[in-house]
Amino acid sequence: MDTDLGLWVIPLAILGGAIRVSTPFLFVSLGEALTERSGRINLGLEGTLVFGAMSGYALAYLTGSPWLGVLAAALCGALFGLLHGVICSLPRVNDIAVGIAMMILGLGLAFYFGKPFVQPVAPDLPAISFGGWSDMPQIRAALEVNVLFLIGAVLAVGLWWLLRATRIGLIIRVVGDSTDAARAMGLRPAMIRTCTTAVGGAFAGVGGAYLSLYYPGSWNEGISSGQGLMAVALVIFARWNPLACFGAALLFGGAGALGPTLQSVGISEGYYLFFAAPYVLTLGVLIATSSPTRAMTGAPAELSITK
Amino acid sequence: MTGPRAIGVETLHMTMRFGAFTALDDCSIRIAPGSFHALLGENGAGKSTLVKCMMGFYHATAGEMLVDRREARITDPKAAHALGLGMVYQHFTLVPSLTAAENLVISREDAPQIIDWRSERAALQDFMDRMPFQVPLDQPVRALAAGEKQKLEILKQLYLGRRFLILDEPTSVLTPDEADEVLGHVRQLCRDGEISVLMITHKFREVTAFADEVSVLRRGKLVGGGKVCDLDHTDMAALMMGGTQLARPAPRSGTVGAPVLDLHNVTARDRTGLKDIRIDALTVHAGEIVGIAGISGNGQMELMEILTGQRPRQTGKIMVKGTPYAARRNEALRHNVRFLPEETLQNACAPRMSVAENMAFRSFDTNGARPRFWLSGRDIRARAADLVRQFKVKTTSLDSPIAALSGGNIQRSVLARELSGQVDLLIISNPCFGLDFSAVADIRSRIMDARNAGTAVLIMSEDLDEIMELTDRVLVMSEGRITYDTPTSSADIGTLGHFMGGHAG
Repeated sequence: MDTDLGLWVIPLAILGGAIRVSTPFLFVSLGEALTERSGRINLGLEGTLVFGAMSGYALAYLTGSPWLGVLAAALCGALFGLLHGVICSLPRVNDIAVGIAMMILGLGLAFYFGKPFVQPVAPDLPAISFGGWSDMPQIRAALEVNVLFLIGAVLAVGLWWLLRATRIGLIIRVVGDSTDAARAMGLRPAMIRTCTTAVGGAFAGVGGAYLSLYYPGSWNEGISSGQGLMAVALVIFARWNPLACFGAALLFGGAGALGPTLQSVGISEGYYLFFAAPYVLTLGVLIATSSPTRAMTGAPAELSITK
Repeated sequence: MTGPRAIGVETLHMTMRFGAFTALDDCSIRIAPGSFHALLGENGAGKSTLVKCMMGFYHATAGEMLVDRREARITDPKAAHALGLGMVYQHFTLVPSLTAAENLVISREDAPQIIDWRSERAALQDFMDRMPFQVPLDQPVRALAAGEKQKLEILKQLYLGRRFLILDEPTSVLTPDEADEVLGHVRQLCRDGEISVLMITHKFREVTAFADEVSVLRRGKLVGGGKVCDLDHTDMAALMMGGTQLARPAPRSGTVGAPVLDLHNVTARDRTGLKDIRIDALTVHAGEIVGIAGISGNGQMELMEILTGQRPRQTGKIMVKGTPYAARRNEALRHNVRFLPEETLQNACAPRMSVAENMAFRSFDTNGARPRFWLSGRDIRARAADLVRQFKVKTTSLDSPIAALSGGNIQRSVLARELSGQVDLLIISNPCFGLDFSAVADIRSRIMDARNAGTAVLIMSEDLDEIMELTDRVLVMSEGRITYDTPTSSADIGTLGHFMGGHAG
């Protein structure tokens, strides 16, 4: 191992880790941000993420194409979102309870169908190397950027633009902010929310495919460590803004990379504690950004947790 | 002037029946192009029904409508919009987190798929510059004051090309200054021939100050109207209330005793958080019923909440029998203060608990004068059974949830609970709202009995007949203040109407 870099290896590894680990956070949080902007919460994205990981891996293995795997994961995610959206459109159905049920359903189905795919090896998603200018292996490793991360970054900007400057985006915001105003405009809030939940589910499915097809890059039942749930907290932290979601996902990814990085440079003291960094960060962020007296700024008013 | 001009609208023999109930009866109103027309009436007089028929929310049972002197069939609000008719609702329909510009653009039927904000902004600015009043375009609507929001609602209608506007109590959430500003602009738009306006209101002051013409509805019928300059407040009050004989005071006995309730300089914020409720002085003596009359939304609800401890007061003193009163449970117990708030089920019951439990709320933790720790189910049931018999509450069982009872029986149950034992002060709000005739008579006679037994009673009611029948003294509340105080025996309808309509002198 090249030790010339000294302690610089830590921030470098965290940066590389942030890019690697953040992608599922990014996709799930973008999907959740879109869903919540329309006034509904989908807590089932953890299940969608794991099912996406399974279905993506399975299809990539069966067809030999990782991109078909990603597509399959997106379709499955959309189906899960659609189911959540349709159920929540029924009268007197609570989206949070449905979300938890969908999470457990997604996990269960993924484990059930995923059993035969634990052993086989599926092709990985391609990565682009931005570190060719350097001959240090650490820098090269850190700047190995997966295509999905780049797509996610573009998606974040696209979503921000969509919410700001398109008719569809404004309609989503109207529905999320006031069901009455939406009805007065002749919109159908339940239908719009169902659509955004389906799209949000597709994003989460893609996030799952990244887990199984790139990092860590294999399918097993412990593949997600709660990214789907933490992404919900991340959306609140990011104030429902897609661009802020991107930053928050990098931050969480960096925190997630802290444990492995310290382990790799030989710090073994309390290293399980560093593995807990993303969860501690989630708690800290939620406490720091909450207020007992005023409602959260930027929160869609129709959201069941902010009403 | 650019753009289309104001249009006139006329209803001909408009009638609307809901089953056997006639909400609107043969109503013909003409709003000339460019005029500012006020529609006056009490709650339930048929004002909303009329405008809903005009806007296509309801389909009138009979009658026609002329828009711009042509017959118009308005099947739904969209058809009304297409003809240039628009409505501004009592509550804001703007989306709070969107900016004014975003709200305007998205409200358009033909909003583009991809919004080129630069050109839209320029077009909006151009539109704003042509208007007599402006609203900041780039702030989220949430950050605008109520008056600004109401101006934006009106601008939105103009932006959408509407030339006949119905304003449904547009000033109910505004301060008086904001109301004057907004209505002044509306009148200017009418004068310029941009729009015609039909405004629903309760407030005589606004009619006199801004409207050209007025129509008055009572119990679904058009009872009068004409040019505002030909009518004064007394005429309008007489039309609104019918000028019929008011109910005579019910027979009563006993003498007025010492003061029980005293309010001094009490102030609090109102519902909207924009206005103040200010009660300079209010005294209720033992053995008298004091009534507070007024049109709803003038602070009666807030006063009730102050007295029950639901609304924090900013300044002032509330005294009960000479000692300060903060609406704590032990104070209410010590001084025998009881309440019958409006919407009893929400404000004075635990809806899913049983009738017996609800009836025990005043007494479950006492055993005579001593507090008790262990509840006695037998006592609670015996007591409830006794009250149910005395007050003729109709319930299938003492154990059925109180929410399952009819409105009148819920009211009777709460009254039974509140009137049992010694009562020195009884505070009531709209006790008979929505009840049938026999329940009304029963509840009123219970209140009168309490008074004759020496209880001090304060009653807030929108029903003037109820006030006249029950009270010894009548006060009028308007815009959060008590503006008039007279013995009921010398009260006359013209004067009461004058003060209820917000005329302060």
